[in-house]
Amino acid sequence: MLLSSGEVSSVELTEAVLARVDQVEPRINSYITVTRERAVVAAAAADEARSAGNASGPLAGIPIMVKDNLSTEGVPTTAGSKMLLQYTPPYDAHVVEQLRAGGAVIIGKGNLDEFAMGSSTEHSAFGATHNPWDLDRVPGGSSGGPAAGVAASECFISLGSDTGGSIRQPAALCGIVGMKPTYGLVSRYGLIAFGSSLDQVGPFARDVRDSADTLSVISGHDKRDSTSLDAPGQDFSKSLTGDISGMKLGVPREYLVDGMEPGVKAAFEKSLETLEGLGATLEEVSLPLTDQALAVYYIIAPSEASANLARYDGFKYGNAVNDVPTAWDVMDQTREQGFGPEVKRRILIGAYALSAGYYDAYYKKAQQVRTLIRQEFAQTFEKFDALVTPTSPTVAFKSGEKMDDPVAMYLSDVCTIPVNIAGLPAISVPGGMSEGLPVGLQFIGPQMGDGTVLRVAHAYEQATEWHKLKPGI
Amino acid sequence: MSEEVTHELTTDEVQHIAALTRLGLSDDEVDMMRGQLSRILRVFESLQQVDTEGVEPTGHTTEVRTVLRDDEAAESLQRESILENAPDSEAGYVRVRPILG
Repeated sequence: MLLSSGEVSSVELTEAVLARVDQVEPRINSYITVTRERAVVAAAAADEARSAGNASGPLAGIPIMVKDNLSTEGVPTTAGSKMLLQYTPPYDAHVVEQLRAGGAVIIGKGNLDEFAMGSSTEHSAFGATHNPWDLDRVPGGSSGGPAAGVAASECFISLGSDTGGSIRQPAALCGIVGMKPTYGLVSRYGLIAFGSSLDQVGPFARDVRDSADTLSVISGHDKRDSTSLDAPGQDFSKSLTGDISGMKLGVPREYLVDGMEPGVKAAFEKSLETLEGLGATLEEVSLPLTDQALAVYYIIAPSEASANLARYDGFKYGNAVNDVPTAWDVMDQTREQGFGPEVKRRILIGAYALSAGYYDAYYKKAQQVRTLIRQEFAQTFEKFDALVTPTSPTVAFKSGEKMDDPVAMYLSDVCTIPVNIAGLPAISVPGGMSEGLPVGLQFIGPQMGDGTVLRVAHAYEQATEWHKLKPGI
Repeated sequence: MSEEVTHELTTDEVQHIAALTRLGLSDDEVDMMRGQLSRILRVFESLQQVDTEGVEPTGHTTEVRTVLRDDEAAESLQRESILENAPDSEAGYVRVRPILG
């Protein structure tokens, strides 16, 4: 690209991005923190390395945003919560280390729903992020900042986290590419934990090639995450062959849910024709347990969250209410004042599902159905190379529309949640427009089939123009 | 379907879970949460239709294994850098309010 040919320096690129941030950020609010000075220093270092002949990898000198639940040494990391207003990590997350080692220029920290719990980025203590395609609409969530940032050209690439769709759904609603890798492919070290058996870090980008390059940089074994897969690093750009003729793609009918917008369905059907035109074999398939995925997720994720968020006690770090008589009062009041309503809801529902008398009916039952969902996917992948579905049942919805109805908000992730339950890789790519707003197309692969979903997504992208559309902002 | 699974949460139950999770809630919040959490619990009812007799629960989607390392001292974060984030500290320790009030 331009950087490697020397036409543009990283400092020039970084300054152009920072100027763009100044221009649109008052309307978008995709950043919680912009690390201007650090970015320019990193860009100068990247330029120096290149002129010395040490350009290291595909992200060298590229301006990147990271979601603000990824720890950055010396830079505040809030997880979108009042609870962590005063928190500055003394270490980098593994993926941040990988970015820095690859010469990437970190521009700042992206906005999110508090502790990554939400589907609209309205549950942030730092104000909502707005969709660059229509400022009265949400960008999706929880990684709304990183998604809107790429869509509005406030960075080239960003990192998000995906527990139930928090990368793929905002990618769909903002008209960009977002990928959730196989569980364990990317280390969670330094990612502020939400649902530890579901959380996975992944990239947002304008196209599939940049997504593959970013995944190559951030993936790989890390001994500090005990669930990190012991697999050697890979160059995922090698998967982008452009050829999917003869591949078998399943179209699970349960993903065409009630309440799916006609425009989303029409775009999806058109995409299926495109894939057939590329020589793939498409066949309808049924995964009946898909209908149970939402219930399984909203038991398991809050249960894990209720345990993970127990650490915010007002003693070790973060905001604290300290002018009270006892340690118990510190905990009660710190948590009352530090957490927003959605986080409180999930802590309560999780603790309830785990509590004496309800454990078997809720938590254990959900874990058993999780086993059955995994088996259902495994059987399906004996017959298919990948599955293709819409990413979300609707285009970007109006701000405020679902804030008083948690269950309606949860349904926005109905097509993405099953993937996390089974630990599979999946990617959302721009797959059409409906009422002037982007529609996402999702490809789901078997465990460790990250290269396969990238390959199919890339071939589809090359055959369409959707990823070239940009919002008018 | 067992009775527990379908019932509406009571105010007492919400207050009980809030106490278990050390989450202070105002009366208004208790009331709001009672309604919203009851609605979320209704979403869970569909699971009772699934036959899970003899099915092993999944805690994790990757191979479950114990990860061990050699018992050797290694570099760790510096105490000072960690304590910088503590709301209150003294003599290298986190300082907390009295446990017995």
